[in-house]
Amino acid sequence: MTAASALLQYVISGATVGSTYGLAALGFTVIYNTTEIINFAQGEFVMLGGMLAVFALRWGGVPLPLAVPLAVLIVTAVGVLVNRLTIRPVQGRSPLTMIIITIGVSILLRGGAMLIFGKDTFSLPAFSQGGPIDLGGATLLPQSLWVFGITLLTVLGMKFFFDRTLTGKAMLACACDRKAASLMGIHVDSMVTLSFAFSALVGALGGVILAPITLTAYDVGILLGVKGFAACILGGLGNPFGAVVGGILLGILESLGAGLVSSGYKDAVAFIIMLALLFWRPSGLFGSARAERV
Amino acid sequence: MDGHNAGLLAFAAAAAVVPFLLPNDYYLTVLIVSGLYTILAVGLNLLMGYAGQASLGHAAFYGLSAYTTGILTGTHGWPVWAGIAAGLALSTAVAYLIAVPTLKLRGNYLAMGTLGFGIIVYIVFNEATELTGGPSGLTGIPKLNVAGKVFSSDREYYYVVWGAAILLFLLAQNLVRSRMGRALRAIHTSETAASVLGVDTQRYKIFVFVLSAFYAAVGGALYAHYVTFVSPSTFSFGTSVLLVTMVVLGGMASLWGAVLGALFLTFLPEWLRAIENFDILVYGAILIACMMFLPGGLAEGAERLWGAAASLLRRAGAAGRPAGGGSAG
Repeated sequence: MTAASALLQYVISGATVGSTYGLAALGFTVIYNTTEIINFAQGEFVMLGGMLAVFALRWGGVPLPLAVPLAVLIVTAVGVLVNRLTIRPVQGRSPLTMIIITIGVSILLRGGAMLIFGKDTFSLPAFSQGGPIDLGGATLLPQSLWVFGITLLTVLGMKFFFDRTLTGKAMLACACDRKAASLMGIHVDSMVTLSFAFSALVGALGGVILAPITLTAYDVGILLGVKGFAACILGGLGNPFGAVVGGILLGILESLGAGLVSSGYKDAVAFIIMLALLFWRPSGLFGSARAERV
Repeated sequence: MDGHNAGLLAFAAAAAVVPFLLPNDYYLTVLIVSGLYTILAVGLNLLMGYAGQASLGHAAFYGLSAYTTGILTGTHGWPVWAGIAAGLALSTAVAYLIAVPTLKLRGNYLAMGTLGFGIIVYIVFNEATELTGGPSGLTGIPKLNVAGKVFSSDREYYYVVWGAAILLFLLAQNLVRSRMGRALRAIHTSETAASVLGVDTQRYKIFVFVLSAFYAAVGGALYAHYVTFVSPSTFSFGTSVLLVTMVVLGGMASLWGAVLGALFLTFLPEWLRAIENFDILVYGAILIACMMFLPGGLAEGAERLWGAAASLLRRAGAAGRPAGGGSAG
């Protein structure tokens, strides 16, 4: 393998994993935009997506093309439930209180997954048959194509939703100014519920498309959550496009770190570069420096 | 002496008596660990609760100091006092170097910056195997000894840890009531307004960041010479999150809250051991419930309870008189 094709290989595998970071980051962004909450349970949504698909297949005997949407649907319902039971009853409290509540939720979801699914590591079959594709000396797994395709569709769908639909615009209005939005007749509560549903949905999607490539277990949510948060900060908190780009960039940095430096230090390499980027642009790559009201 | 110091004195007296009332030595161990967490939580509360700056990487300072003194005393045979001094010095020096660029970040960006730093340090603990022993940890760290006196029993160590905790609490209490404390609170309310009023915000933020790292370093050094073994998992992202949870659950900008948060979250998993397997679920549920029903944290909850008890007592005392009772906070 030549140096160029090795580099291409790192970029491909990095972008594949990074797509999941990007989808997790998108989930963070959507909830942050309507509530200012950093949802620590976001990584657990990603974990649940992968795990539920595995177990629908294993225990329920549900065929894969059905198991995947089923898993995503169940996680979406979990997201709605989390909002109804733990966030809505205490609305109006400081974001910090809510953030600690989401830490509690993540402990609960992880503990529940451990009890139900056990501590083993599982893998999901690839979405389609077929061997790896040769691409200028690098190999591309067919599952990577699924990952890129689904991520792209999700991002386009999101963009359409926020730009072209009334509900999407209403959600953006809540992000700008909750009170003004509510005075304009927007039902803020529903928008918050919707944002939890959305972020659980995209998180679960990210988990389920990655599960055939990397393995999944009850405790993968912590690291995926951290990476997702890092990605949305890197992209500029609040910017959905930046979140996805941030995720893919983080994945590629990590993969290059593993390939060119050492696999043990791959996360360290990614985070050092990320910190350098943050010091250079303190509001993220695509974030706008906001004027602070005194 | 005023009310603040009277409270601390009463607490110190209670802490001194507690070891004689315990049913067994197991609780002594839990109390020592909660004492270490108290030191860390009080330090972190100075940064988070008073100055309003988040840190999701405090476990790194805890670990840097523990590993430094562990390596120097265990591997290289330094005397314990020198190892601890080096641990404190290294941890605070690193904190200063990190603080200068990191504290330019704000809010969630600052949380991310400190988180990233914490993860990098954690990875070094795991990967620098020759120095740190890698994932399996570093053994052979000597017990704490000062001038020939070895603190080997749990009871002796209990007094060392809680003595340090009370001293550091006193220092924090004096700090938040000083001019410095007012400046920190001003930064918390509005950094821009504070700087317009002539507060050198960057300098104060760096100072309190380094100070809170120093608290974590003291905790780390005392940890290393108590357990005599350190491994990376003790200083992971999970520990940083636990520390933040202790501060918020205890009560932001309340030093007593930090003590309550540290005690509560150290004892809770021990109590829940009885319901093995389900302990983690109940732990999560209790954490959620506490945050939902006690917005001001445990400190506020305790205050309310105290107020209710006091008004009950007063009412009982005033029974018979026509104009009894009163308004309790």
